[in-house]
Amino acid sequence: MTDISARPLRPARRRSSKWAQKLAPYFFLAPFLALFIVFLVVPLFYALQLSFFRETMVGGIRFVGLDNYGKALTDQKFWDGVLLLLRYGLFQLPVMLGAALLLALILDSGMLWARAFFRLGLFLPYAVPTVIAALIWGYLYGPSFGPMTQVADYFGLPRPDLFNAQTMLYAIANISIWEHVGYFMIIYFAALQAIPADFEEAAVVSGARAWQYVIYVKLPLIRGTILVTVIFATIGALQLFAEPYLLEALAPAVITSSYTPNIYAYNLAFVNQDYNYSAAISFVLGAVVAVVSYVFQLVSTRREGK
Amino acid sequence: MTNFTKPDFRLGRRGFLKAAAAGLATPAFASLPGIAQAQETVNLTFWAWTPRTENQVALFMEKYPHIKVTLESIGGEDQNTKLRAALRAGSGFPDVVQAEFQRLPSFRAVDALLDLTPYGANDVKDQFVDWSWESVSDAAGGVYAMPWDSGPMGLLYRADLFEAAGAAEVPGTWAGFAELAKKYAVDNPGKFLTNFGANNGGWMIGVLWQAGNKPFALNGTDMTIRINDEPAKAWAAYWQDLLDAKAVDLTPNWTPEWFTAFDNGTIASWIAAAWSPVQLTNVANQSVGKWRAGQLPQWKEGEFATSNWGGSTFSVIKPTAHPEEAALFATFMATDGEATRLYNTDQFLFPVRKELLADKDLMGTPSEFYGGQAVNEVFAEAAEHVIPGYQFSPFHDVFTSALQENVGAAVAGNGTLADALDRTQEAMVTYASEQGYTVIT
Repeated sequence: MTDISARPLRPARRRSSKWAQKLAPYFFLAPFLALFIVFLVVPLFYALQLSFFRETMVGGIRFVGLDNYGKALTDQKFWDGVLLLLRYGLFQLPVMLGAALLLALILDSGMLWARAFFRLGLFLPYAVPTVIAALIWGYLYGPSFGPMTQVADYFGLPRPDLFNAQTMLYAIANISIWEHVGYFMIIYFAALQAIPADFEEAAVVSGARAWQYVIYVKLPLIRGTILVTVIFATIGALQLFAEPYLLEALAPAVITSSYTPNIYAYNLAFVNQDYNYSAAISFVLGAVVAVVSYVFQLVSTRREGK
Repeated sequence: MTNFTKPDFRLGRRGFLKAAAAGLATPAFASLPGIAQAQETVNLTFWAWTPRTENQVALFMEKYPHIKVTLESIGGEDQNTKLRAALRAGSGFPDVVQAEFQRLPSFRAVDALLDLTPYGANDVKDQFVDWSWESVSDAAGGVYAMPWDSGPMGLLYRADLFEAAGAAEVPGTWAGFAELAKKYAVDNPGKFLTNFGANNGGWMIGVLWQAGNKPFALNGTDMTIRINDEPAKAWAAYWQDLLDAKAVDLTPNWTPEWFTAFDNGTIASWIAAAWSPVQLTNVANQSVGKWRAGQLPQWKEGEFATSNWGGSTFSVIKPTAHPEEAALFATFMATDGEATRLYNTDQFLFPVRKELLADKDLMGTPSEFYGGQAVNEVFAEAAEHVIPGYQFSPFHDVFTSALQENVGAAVAGNGTLADALDRTQEAMVTYASEQGYTVIT
């Protein structure tokens, strides 16, 4: 770069190179933008357009304006799904992120022997495809011959029923926590590693104990990272689909066709062939996710202000 | 490393470009009518999911060398989804498609199936068992598919366990069956005479059919919906009684646990279809030789009525460019002696052609797994007694899903089976009205 500008250039060439410089970022962004438009923006507008129509077997397609949205806003099945996921999030989020943070702090403390092994081992479940994870846990939970049942039988205890309406949510949360705890741990660990070592020296010199250093120095420093992960995890929780979808075969009475909003949208589109209403449901879910994320951000930045 | 990968990549890309160019060129030439050979080759695309269907396709191409059939195996559920998408898009659909009996009305509703009567469909009508022909044709005389395989219902049961329970043979009526089931559950704690498949919509529809339920009747845009008619209510009361007595197993169907329960004697019988015997043979190993096949118990003593669960047909997709050849192919697949015999001997599908059902060699083969019984004979007899006049709805998937959901809830303790049928009825009436049908209840 410096080489080129230092060399004497003709004005015409210089002008073109200026243009080239201005255009260069867009040139490099072009592949992304093209894919972004083709695979995200266009389908999004297509879905939006779909959501304003209604297609029936008799009568064909007609424009219905906001009818589908009106229906979605009062759809008990949809809102039951949203409420279920809020309940799910209130349990899954603190446990998952808490565990991830704790593990990251332990790894970061340097007290651990074979740190790389634990880091990799804890991260490994994240590399297991969700489908496989759900199958593994489906077997482990199995009410008739799963290992948990076998252990219970061996000790003459009642068999654990993890597939009833009350326990299913926690059974799913457990799978998702197992899958993602390593991922969030790595994010926290990276943030913790970025804290300069002299902070610790300063803390030790000031007479702070290890736990005080963690609470008053480390955690405030990675606060931004924690906020981002909470928003990621919230969005993830509201999009829950694969785990319950796969466990449906094992507990069909509990996991209904509208168990989570995403499962509902999927079934509306591909079972009921009702693409229009499914599109409207998806947009309402998108709005719910946006509102929840925004409210959370608002609350946390306000606290920061204080 | 980098030194090796670079030229490799270039070669790969060049090869790819060449291949791509060739790939683009071939279909372009093939579709140019100007460059026709001496005898013009007709290309047909055929979607089917049954294994080794290419054998029958080969037989066809041997006989009709000027028709080239390309078989694409997409898989049952995926194929339906893909076909619907292709029909919506108006391109990318096959000429001939394998379709289950229960899917035909939904494809008819979007006018996707070609009427085969101008291509001599009615000439082969007499070859098929009545109910199967009824399922592919309509009151106006149109024929929209060729029946291929089927699943008349019967009972697979453990002869040893039934005998130990004091039943030398399968009770002739459902009332007798219930009595035995209750006694069985008391005498053998944790074990059951049979299973109730609350998550198995196809099965429930089959057993409801046998009870005499007629959920749908379509006449133009007028649709009669009676999911909770008298026979269905009697069916619901019957199974509710067994559920309340905890005399029936509720393991979800098609799970490994379910198959294990059949094999290890937890469930002593399977209310099944003609294709089930082979399936059971594949999953069981402890119980070899102990199974037998029999007819379903009856709702009225002395009657012989059964139903059909599963099976499929061949349909010609209406916008095809070669209706004549496509119809010829579908008809060949469903009626050719050699091709249809192969279905049974090689693919173990259960036939719908009378000639094959009456074939002593084919149906009379004894099976080790069933203690030397000629299982197919039992189902061949059942095939003659399938209750006629049953109609599927054009929104079969929605119905199945609603039925599973409501019955599933009832089995889990939320209301009774009768309530579940009422709720399903209500949901389907709403759905059909929304879809523009004039609903009669």
